[in-house]
Amino acid sequence: MHFFETHRLTKAFGGLIAVNNVTFHVEEGEIYGLIGPNGSGKTTVFNLITAYYPITSGTIRFRGKEMNGLPTWKVCKEGIGRTFQIVKPLARMTVLENVMTSAFCRTSNTAEAREKALEVLQFCEMEKKIDFPAKGLTIGDRKRMEIARALATSPKLLLLDETMAGLTPQEQADGVQLIRKMRNAGITIIIVEHIMHVIMNLCDRILCINYGQEIARGTPAEVANNQNVIEAYLGKE
Amino acid sequence: MEMFIQTLVAGILIGGVYALIGIGMTLIMGVMRIINLAHGQLMMVAMYITFVLYQFLNIDPYFALLVAPPALFLIGAAIQRYLLNPLIKIESIIPENQVLMTVGIGIVLTETIRFMFSSDYKSVKTSYSTATFNIGAISWNVPMVVAFILAVVLTASLFFFLLKTDVGKSVRATAQNKDAAMIMGINAEWITQLTYGLGAAMAAAGGTLLLPIYYLFPDVGGPFTLKAFIITILGGLGSAVGAIMGGLVLGVAESLGATYISMALKDAIGMVIFLLVLVFLPGGLKQLTKV
Amino acid sequence: MKSLYAKIAVLALLAVFPLFVGSDYYRHLVIIALMWVVIGASWNLLAGYTGQVSFGHAIFFGVGAYTAGLCTTQLGISAWWGMLLGGPAAMLVGILIGFICFRLRGAYFALATIAIAEILRLIAIVWRDFTEGMQGILIIQTFRSKVPYYYLALGIAVICMLLIYKIIKSKWGFYFIAIREDQDAAEALGISTFRYKSLSLMVSSFFTGLAGAFYMNYMGFIDPEVVFSLHFISIMAILVSIIGGAGTMWGPSVGAFIMVMLQELFRSSFFGYAPSWVSHAHAMAFGVLVILVIRFMANGVVGDWSKITNLWSKGKPAALVTNGN
Repeated sequence: MHFFETHRLTKAFGGLIAVNNVTFHVEEGEIYGLIGPNGSGKTTVFNLITAYYPITSGTIRFRGKEMNGLPTWKVCKEGIGRTFQIVKPLARMTVLENVMTSAFCRTSNTAEAREKALEVLQFCEMEKKIDFPAKGLTIGDRKRMEIARALATSPKLLLLDETMAGLTPQEQADGVQLIRKMRNAGITIIIVEHIMHVIMNLCDRILCINYGQEIARGTPAEVANNQNVIEAYLGKE
Repeated sequence: MEMFIQTLVAGILIGGVYALIGIGMTLIMGVMRIINLAHGQLMMVAMYITFVLYQFLNIDPYFALLVAPPALFLIGAAIQRYLLNPLIKIESIIPENQVLMTVGIGIVLTETIRFMFSSDYKSVKTSYSTATFNIGAISWNVPMVVAFILAVVLTASLFFFLLKTDVGKSVRATAQNKDAAMIMGINAEWITQLTYGLGAAMAAAGGTLLLPIYYLFPDVGGPFTLKAFIITILGGLGSAVGAIMGGLVLGVAESLGATYISMALKDAIGMVIFLLVLVFLPGGLKQLTKV
Repeated sequence: MKSLYAKIAVLALLAVFPLFVGSDYYRHLVIIALMWVVIGASWNLLAGYTGQVSFGHAIFFGVGAYTAGLCTTQLGISAWWGMLLGGPAAMLVGILIGFICFRLRGAYFALATIAIAEILRLIAIVWRDFTEGMQGILIIQTFRSKVPYYYLALGIAVICMLLIYKIIKSKWGFYFIAIREDQDAAEALGISTFRYKSLSLMVSSFFTGLAGAFYMNYMGFIDPEVVFSLHFISIMAILVSIIGGAGTMWGPSVGAFIMVMLQELFRSSFFGYAPSWVSHAHAMAFGVLVILVIRFMANGVVGDWSKITNLWSKGKPAALVTNGN
């Protein structure tokens, strides 16, 4: 039994097959990379795992439990957290309130939720910004807050959807640090990312998809040298 | 059986006019994504314009079709420009503030008319108001038949406008994706004014067509706002073809209900249909056509 | 702390008001205002905090009022039983509406509430054997003095505000606001948006129903056109909240007093100082007010307070966030 696995995961929007027979598994403590050109179906995979879309066929298993058919909020309760490619801050709440809201996932006590939120914000090095309104944050801080928010639900598995896009090189370096720190804290991570050096640096294993189908898998070095991957990104000569 | 067919015919005839009014609201819904809760009140204003033309200038209600809808087009465009569009820039907690604005507009229109004409019932009694002809055993009310035919003509011209002209295509593009339309160089603000104006004009035409048969009073708008709104839901929020179907369904259902259930509950029948659609068919009638 | 003292002062003032003001007319106005505090706060919990805009709170008000009235006409028991049953009855209707509408995203809830209020109004008119139809329900009031009603209204308002305050500061409050801000994000944080929208609606419909039952007992008369009115209940509930400040804790209370005062000013032609036609224009004034408030004060007296004070002292930037203070 794997920590997390999908089996022949498929999603069709009408006639368009966005995700086609994708099978992969992630072991506990891994950082797993999911890459592919724009529109290849990476975010759709995340949306299937977190039940934003119903699955057309295939199964998802998490810690031995079949996840098919669970609503989004229950997926979160089971221990899968996520961030969004296009960040979704709760705009008219402060940073602390945003993170407290998600901390309520595991407690109904306000003081406990606050404590958990502060702890997570400290972990993410955002303690100076707790009283900032979310809508006034820079894009870097929004992405970081979204990670903090996902962490406050105490996930076992975290899905990060392009958390580095649009960040400055310094912010990217800090982000890589943060992801490592999360892994060291015992969280398994699946990461969708376009910025190659980030993926190559962080991931233990990588799955590359294009047009919703697997085209390569393996260690970062193996995938980077795979002919299919190079063609998918750069086009055929 | 005869009574059934008679009822059905009456329902279809009135349904054609309902469809005309409903399309107006659907158009506004499609482009602005708001329910126009002043729709029936705009129609009511048009009816009073027609009434004044008849009463004081002796102008035939059908001729008023050339006056009332254009007048309402201007009123509608002005409402969109000066009252609805400015709200887009205001950040508020309540996302439906444009809808609420239309409620306010509806009240002001009703009360203005009440102020000018009092709450008394008025009617336009033309020589042909009660004229009928018979085909077989079924009797046809002349103004209703004319209203139906004109409603079909007007609806067809609207479709021609939306499908074949450049401006019409811009309206449809804006309805589909406002941001993309703006990138393509469509002046969305202008399109919204045009759309609200057109929507109001369609309602105005419907009201004018109904006038030879209906009593007129300031509060006549409210029930028609609700009818238009039911049609919009029946049609599936923003589909013009759906609105035609919705209008006919509502007309027939009301007519059957009034004959076989109770005259007093006629207005409730539309509401019940609305709820049934909401529960079982949230995409509206068009959901049936594309499974 | 300062604001806490202010609230205690206002409460104390309200508590001693009938002792110093003997006029039934003014007592009546404050009683009605207190009733609107309850309805406004209820609407605000659902729309201002949870983001589910109801255009038909008359549903719950009317069901509460009719529950009380029917206790007398149908069951032959005191309409005061309505104070116990009115809230739960309205809540039951709320649960049903939530069950139908909250599964669907988009404007369905707002639309359904208008339609359901209209259906109930028509039923109340047509089903004469049960509801007395347009004739309405007339009962004999228990007290001739306004004072018992006054303290009852004050009690209900205080309990309602305290409870809603507690809710807003608790997990529910955070969840409600999260749903208002972004439903997708809320689901990802483990929030069952369906369940919490329903909970918000339950609380909201309960208190609105209670206010309706109170209205029946206090006024002694209801008819379908009054208690199921789109304008004077449903839209009034929205106006009360918006003029005071939707999504703020105390805005609707402020709005209730402002709206009742404004309505009375028009109804009485500014206490007789204005020409008498003004009283006929009170519906018009209501409509104009809707337009003006939405156009210029979308966040209300409390929400736009900084904007209002800025009119006098220009220059300071408006505060960015005002969440539930």
